[in-house]
Amino acid sequence: MSIKIEKLTHIYNPKSPFETKALDNVSIEIQDGEFIGLIGHTGSGKSTLIQHLNGLIKPSSGKIIINNLDITDTSVKLVEVRKRVGLVFQYPEHQLFEETVYKDIAFGPFNLGLTEKEIKERVKEAMELVKLSYDQLKDRSPFELSGGQRRRVAIAGVLAMRPEVLILDEPTAGLDPRSRDEILQQIKVLHEKYKNTIILVSHSMEDIAKLVDRIIVMHRGKVALTGAPREVFKQSSILESIGLGIPQITFLMDKLKEAGVHLGEDIFTVEEAKEEILKWIRGKRDA
Amino acid sequence: MKSMIEVENVTFQYKNNEEEIKALKDISIKVKKGEFVVIIGHNGSGKSTLAKHINALLLPTEGKVMVKDMDTKDESNMWDIRQTAGMVFQNPDNQIVATIVEEDVAFGPENLGVTPEEIRKRVDEALNIVDMIEYREKAPHLLSGGQKQRIAIAGVIAMRPDCIIFDEPTAMLDPVGRNEVINTIKKLNKEENITIIHITHFMEEAVNADRVIVMEDGKIVLEGTPREVFTQVEKLKILGLDVPQVTDLAHELVKEGISLPADILTVDEMVMELCRLK
Repeated sequence: MSIKIEKLTHIYNPKSPFETKALDNVSIEIQDGEFIGLIGHTGSGKSTLIQHLNGLIKPSSGKIIINNLDITDTSVKLVEVRKRVGLVFQYPEHQLFEETVYKDIAFGPFNLGLTEKEIKERVKEAMELVKLSYDQLKDRSPFELSGGQRRRVAIAGVLAMRPEVLILDEPTAGLDPRSRDEILQQIKVLHEKYKNTIILVSHSMEDIAKLVDRIIVMHRGKVALTGAPREVFKQSSILESIGLGIPQITFLMDKLKEAGVHLGEDIFTVEEAKEEILKWIRGKRDA
Repeated sequence: MKSMIEVENVTFQYKNNEEEIKALKDISIKVKKGEFVVIIGHNGSGKSTLAKHINALLLPTEGKVMVKDMDTKDESNMWDIRQTAGMVFQNPDNQIVATIVEEDVAFGPENLGVTPEEIRKRVDEALNIVDMIEYREKAPHLLSGGQKQRIAIAGVIAMRPDCIIFDEPTAMLDPVGRNEVINTIKKLNKEENITIIHITHFMEEAVNADRVIVMEDGKIVLEGTPREVFTQVEKLKILGLDVPQVTDLAHELVKEGISLPADILTVDEMVMELCRLK
C-alpha cells in the first residue's frame, strides 16, 4: 500500500501564545511494501506525522493519499483508514484493558463485526506472529505477563486488524536487549512474509541500520535527510549537528579515516567491519 | 561503619498464582562509601528486587541487608534508611507530586521536618546540582523527560542521602535525555561523593562505573571492573546482553588471529590499536 504525503503542515494551538508548528510543509512518498525507519528527536515532528497517517489528527494544510484515497478528506470514514493503517503506540501495553489475552487481541476484530470463527482465526494468527503460545496464554490475564510479553500482546492486537500499513512508534523502548532483539526479529519476519508497508520509529541507529530499506530523518518539522541507511550514515556531520548519532562502527570507520586508514565508507555492522579490517591487515602482510 | 551497603546471603521469595518464586537466591554484595556500582541484567533477573531491598521497600525472606550499619528488618530504622538511601525510578511522571518544580523538590525535606530557611537552601542547592535552577518556577508537566527525571533526582538530593539507587532511570528517555541524566549521575558521584547504585539495560552506561555486577535468574553471574566484565563477550551474549560494538569487533578480530588487546571499550582505543598495526 503506497503512501503519498503532500505539503503536510500541522500547527498545534493555532492563534494562541502556545502556537507551535510541528510539521512544516512535509512531502514524502512511500512505496508499497517499503520498510521505512523514521528517526528524529523528541519534538522533531515524527509522532505528529504518524498520528496523521491513521487519521488521529487532521492536518492544518496538505494531503495524505493512501492507495488513491485522500484520508484528509472529511467525507472519508475513519474506520476505513484504521482497517488499513495499524498504529502501535509507544508503551502500547499501557492500553491493555481486557480480562484475558484473547479478549484483548479480539477487541479490534470484534469491532469490525467479524464472526466468532473469523475472530478466533485472527487472534491465533496474530499471537503466532508475535511468538506467543495461543494455548498457554489465551486465557491468562495480560496483567500477569512479563513486560516483553505484554508488549507483544499489544502488538498482536494491532496485527489482528491485518493492517496493510503497520506503524510502530518505538516498539522496543524500555525493553531489555533480549526482548528488544526478539521483537525486532519478529517485525522483520512479518515484513518478509507479508511484504506489508512498515514504518518503524526508533532512536536506535544500530537497530534501524539492520532492518530498514530507507531512513527518513526528521528535524524541526521537516525532512532533514532521506535515503538508504548507507547513504544517510555517510552524512555523519549533518546527523551530529541535529543531535543524532551514527552506529558506533560507522563512527569508528570515520575515525580510522582521520587517522589515515582508508577502509570502505559505508560500513555499519560488526560483521562488515571485521571483513574490512581483516582484508586491510592481510593485504598489508602480503604486500 | 564497615560498608555503605552490605547485603548478606539474601534470598527473597514471593507467591504468584500459588506458585513460589525465588527472585533473589542467596545474594551477597558489599558497596563501599563513594563507590559507583552498575547492576545489569534482564527483566526478571532480580535486579529491581535487589534495589528495593536496599531502602527497605522489600525485606529479605532470608539473610540481611545493612545500610550504614542499620538493619532494614528493624522497623525503627526505616525512616533513617530511606533518608540515607534515596531511590529514583524509571518513569519520571510517577515520581513528581507538585505542580511547581521547586515545590516538588521541597516535598521530601518538608516531610523530614526541616526548617523553611533550610528547605529553601537545600532546594536551590539540589536544583543547581542537576542544572535545573532556571526552571524552578515552571510546571513539571511542561518539561522534557530528561528534565523531569532531573527534577526527581533533585527531590532525592534535597533529602541529603549518602547513597542513591537508580532503577532504570533512562529507560523511557530519548538519547538527549539519557545523556542529561547520566551526566548528572556521574556528577553526583564525583563531585558530591554520593554512593551510586545504577540499574540499567544499557551497557554503555556502565563504562564509567567502578564496578559492574551482572545478574541472571536471581543470582550474580559476573562481577568486576567494566573492562573485566565487558571482555566476557561470549558469556554476555549467551545471557542476551549487549556488548559495545567495538568490544565485539575486537573480540571477533582476536578470534581471527589479529593481535589486539581483548579489553577494548571505546572507539578511540580501537583506532589507536589498529594504527599501531599500520
